[in-house]
Amino acid sequence: MSKITLGYFPGCSGLGTSAEYEKSTRAVCRELGIDLREIPDWNCCGSTPAHTVDPVLSSAFSARVFAQGEQVGITDVITPCPSCLSNLRNALRHMDDELFAARVDALTERPLKQEHSIKSVLQVIVEDIGLDSVKARVRKPLTGLKAVAYYGCLMNRPEKVMRFDDPENPVAMDQVLEVLGAEVLPFPLKVDCCGGSMSIPARRSTPHLAGKILDLAGEMGADVVVVACPLCQMNLDLRQGQSRAAGLKYTLPVPYFTQLMAYAFGLSDADTAFKLLAEDIAPAFTCMSRRSDEIKAEEARKAVLAEEKARAAAEKAAKTQAGTETAAEKQPGGKSRANSASAAGGAA
Amino acid sequence: METVCLNKQDNSFTRAVEERSGQVVSRCYQCGNCTAGCPMSFLFDYPVSRIMRLIQAGQKETVLSSKAIWLCAACNTCTQRCPNEIDVSGVMDTCRQMARRENKFGVHAVRAFVNAFIDSVKFNGRSHEVGIMALYMLYTGRFWTDVDLAPKVLPKGKMAILPHRINGRAEVAAIISRYKQGFSDPELVRARLAAAGGQGAGASAGGDKGSRAGHGKEAAS
Ligand code: SF4
Ligand code: SF4
Repeated sequence: MSKITLGYFPGCSGLGTSAEYEKSTRAVCRELGIDLREIPDWNCCGSTPAHTVDPVLSSAFSARVFAQGEQVGITDVITPCPSCLSNLRNALRHMDDELFAARVDALTERPLKQEHSIKSVLQVIVEDIGLDSVKARVRKPLTGLKAVAYYGCLMNRPEKVMRFDDPENPVAMDQVLEVLGAEVLPFPLKVDCCGGSMSIPARRSTPHLAGKILDLAGEMGADVVVVACPLCQMNLDLRQGQSRAAGLKYTLPVPYFTQLMAYAFGLSDADTAFKLLAEDIAPAFTCMSRRSDEIKAEEARKAVLAEEKARAAAEKAAKTQAGTETAAEKQPGGKSRANSASAAGGAA
Repeated sequence: METVCLNKQDNSFTRAVEERSGQVVSRCYQCGNCTAGCPMSFLFDYPVSRIMRLIQAGQKETVLSSKAIWLCAACNTCTQRCPNEIDVSGVMDTCRQMARRENKFGVHAVRAFVNAFIDSVKFNGRSHEVGIMALYMLYTGRFWTDVDLAPKVLPKGKMAILPHRINGRAEVAAIISRYKQGFSDPELVRARLAAAGGQGAGASAGGDKGSRAGHGKEAAS
């Protein structure tokens, strides 16, 4: 398989609360032939707080990241984090304006000389690698796992800036999970904000917003809520206890899509990094294997039924064949047909 | 909901918001789509569509002192759904920036969180979760913020107690301090651009501009 080489911006949370995303992303990219070149000595993109202060300051953080890449010849970068993606992408867009770019340069004192692009890891997997290549690598299919994919508010919005998938009903993660073998339930809250960026200063928002998402997923019978955003993940997983204290009835594991990919590819525990999730994923896999056994038993039953049916049909056919043959024998010309049949039998 | 006295209308405020955000706020016809999808509305003192109306009506004081502009999660739902293609989330961002400039902080905790975050980046070049929480507790006096989460993350080794410092942290700190000193002031930069354009309008300036144009590859296509 052809390799592709891309610049990589892990984002600060990859070093801490989203370590499992970071580990599984690297593992999955390795398997899919995506060679990740980490931007040397990268800095924080500023996240939501920086653009709250000033878009010029926020873009200056991003510009330094791109400048660090430029220094070693990296201009096409991917990142797993939608919040970083949104910041880096917005910076590039704003800097198309000459005055804005000059204001950013006044802060960084390192004007960019080349053109840059920034995409999400998910987008590259779906668009550049392709679902067929993903499917070809599945060793342990997720048959029997009921999943909902939760995209969060930033990954596809605003549409004009993000230019990937659908802003109201994205499907990229659904498709990935389907080729891994999972049963993906149609989830109506795919893009409803979980309040992640406000979870510390406005705590009341978490049980209300994240709780609603988890509640519906539980109600629909999902085993897992699959995510792609570290802010969402932390809000849905780490703070699930806070939501439960406020009335949430379910306990749901919230893995990253890359963790499930690593699992389905048959990679090691170090690569799936399920241990790092706050809510244990083991019960989901227990449900999965039970359902998978049921599915297998059902398939076996169907196969036996089909076999019996086929045998009955064959017997019936043989009978009618015999019937027509005896009938044919009574007719002139029947002999030649019997001859050809025996000739065919002889050849076999 | 509070009633707002519309007698004092400050049109320069409307213009300032439009200019800073690059959005035509007057295009808003109060359909309410933004408010209908806003996840934080239940915490807002004025729903986002009302903020838009207040900006149109030049209600500077009410807008900049509101809690809504600080509680906005910047989720872009409103921007995505506005039928008049207004970047509503960007307008909220602009109001927040203007309020900060005027030292108005409708929700103190949000400002403290933002400051803690930026300070963490200034010290380390990267944001460091434990450090941000420590600073946040210090700035707000909320000493028990999320301590219930510690037993969940600490044994897993997920929260680095010490920050990951980058070599270029002085460079990042310099970006922040140049910002605080007003290096990126639009008037200043505009004047410098004009001066540079005036003296070096030759081939080198043109070439420079060519390499500058279009930082976003995809944006260009
Ligand atoms: S960006 Fe802010 S105002 Fe707009 S929908 Fe989200 S929380 Fe509400
Ligand atoms: S969606 Fe747009 S037009 Fe409608 S109320 Fe909000 S800002 Fe105004």
